[in-house]
Amino acid sequence: MVGSNNNPDAKAFRITPPRWLLAELTYACPLQCPYCSNPVDYAKYPSELSTDDWKRVLTEARKMGAVQLGFSGGEPLTRKDLVELVKHARELGYYSNLITSGYGLTEEKIIQLKEAGLDHIQVSIQASTQELNDHIAGTTSFHHKKEVAHLVKKHGYPMVLCVVIHRENIHQMPQILAMAEELGADYLELANTQYYGWAHTNRDLLLPTKAQFEQAEQIAQAFKEKVAGKMKIYYVVPDYYEDRPKACMNGWGTTFLTIAPDGVALPCHSARDLPGLDCPNVNDYGIQEIWRDSKAFNFFRGFEWMKEPCRSCDEKEKDFGGCRCQAYLLTGDMYMADPVCSKSPEHAVIQQAIDSAGANASLATNEKPLVFRNSKNSKAMSLVDGKGV
Amino acid sequence: MQPIKFSPTHRLQWEEAQQKYVILYPEGMVELNQSSAEILLCCDGNRNLAQIVNELEQKFATTGLTNDITAFLEVALQNGWIQQ
Repeated sequence: MVGSNNNPDAKAFRITPPRWLLAELTYACPLQCPYCSNPVDYAKYPSELSTDDWKRVLTEARKMGAVQLGFSGGEPLTRKDLVELVKHARELGYYSNLITSGYGLTEEKIIQLKEAGLDHIQVSIQASTQELNDHIAGTTSFHHKKEVAHLVKKHGYPMVLCVVIHRENIHQMPQILAMAEELGADYLELANTQYYGWAHTNRDLLLPTKAQFEQAEQIAQAFKEKVAGKMKIYYVVPDYYEDRPKACMNGWGTTFLTIAPDGVALPCHSARDLPGLDCPNVNDYGIQEIWRDSKAFNFFRGFEWMKEPCRSCDEKEKDFGGCRCQAYLLTGDMYMADPVCSKSPEHAVIQQAIDSAGANASLATNEKPLVFRNSKNSKAMSLVDGKGV
Repeated sequence: MQPIKFSPTHRLQWEEAQQKYVILYPEGMVELNQSSAEILLCCDGNRNLAQIVNELEQKFATTGLTNDITAFLEVALQNGWIQQ
């Protein structure tokens, strides 16, 4: 038994098998994006699972029904065993997605990964110009990324371009769309920054105004209609400007299983920041036991854990009260309604965040610089929260 | 009539855990019912619409499938699951 299951409702709730496995192979990354979703104190977790451990995780999750597999990180290309893991995943029947910055990806590697059975490569680009891309990434990488996008196409992969949108690049929306077209993207993911991890730290400098969002969304919508049938657009909405929260993770412990680099199993990739969940490690337990029986995966299953206004809300089966990590991050109470929801008693914190970001908009970069995601900053932030490195 | 081929950038696969065929593509999955799966399994790049209709009518000992199959293949084409 993995911890004690203190949520009686979860037992009555029909547990569905995982469909999505996110394998965060490593926290190592040559880029330093200031909106990275990795935990700010990732430097505290330097250990990585071995190749054999990952193979066992893939095998066990597949047996339960997981079929979509994301190789992520950090930068997954820094793992020397990536081709071997891709091959194992293909033999098991996964659909494998490589989620990469493209940094360090050569044509030879692209061919090796294809032969091993990789299904698709998602390349992230930070902006439509070299200057801004390299500034945001904290690395000279723009031209190489474009080259990688061409090679991904050339070798027959569906090409997914991912651009994270925030205040520094939102004005480039028309140029970003033109770049996606020029590169022949089959899918374009326009991901408005979600304010967790490093993005939360840098929120005052990243959160655009509502007017900027609306203008960018309008441009993206018109483009979507123009390229219908040629390019698919995944538009990740900016939830700070919505009235209702996202149906986070399609419901806790229903669909998504994330394994962090050190083997900790998470119901969502931010869940290791929530207190008292005792997230289990794959070094100690099998995937089936973790998914079905662990305290962490049962914690927010079903509806019994909810407080008002969620408990009696007629939309609770649609959005599950929103995101637990966001509730904790912004209100200090992980049982609270996601404060994005206009019915939340804590909804004012969202407007405060928007106002605070607005007040910072005119600051020069030397007055309040972005905190880039790197080991030095992560070590410093691990100390800030008092837990030590 | 042109032969119809399943998209090389999608994957059609039997899922044992779900007891159904699914279409897999970047970060997504479509679950198929039996008749949709039967039609897509015929899209092997050798057969055209008339041949697919003929084959399925014989297989299920029925007639009059043309409209249903045509309508489904139009949806499949719009979604990029097949190529002509």
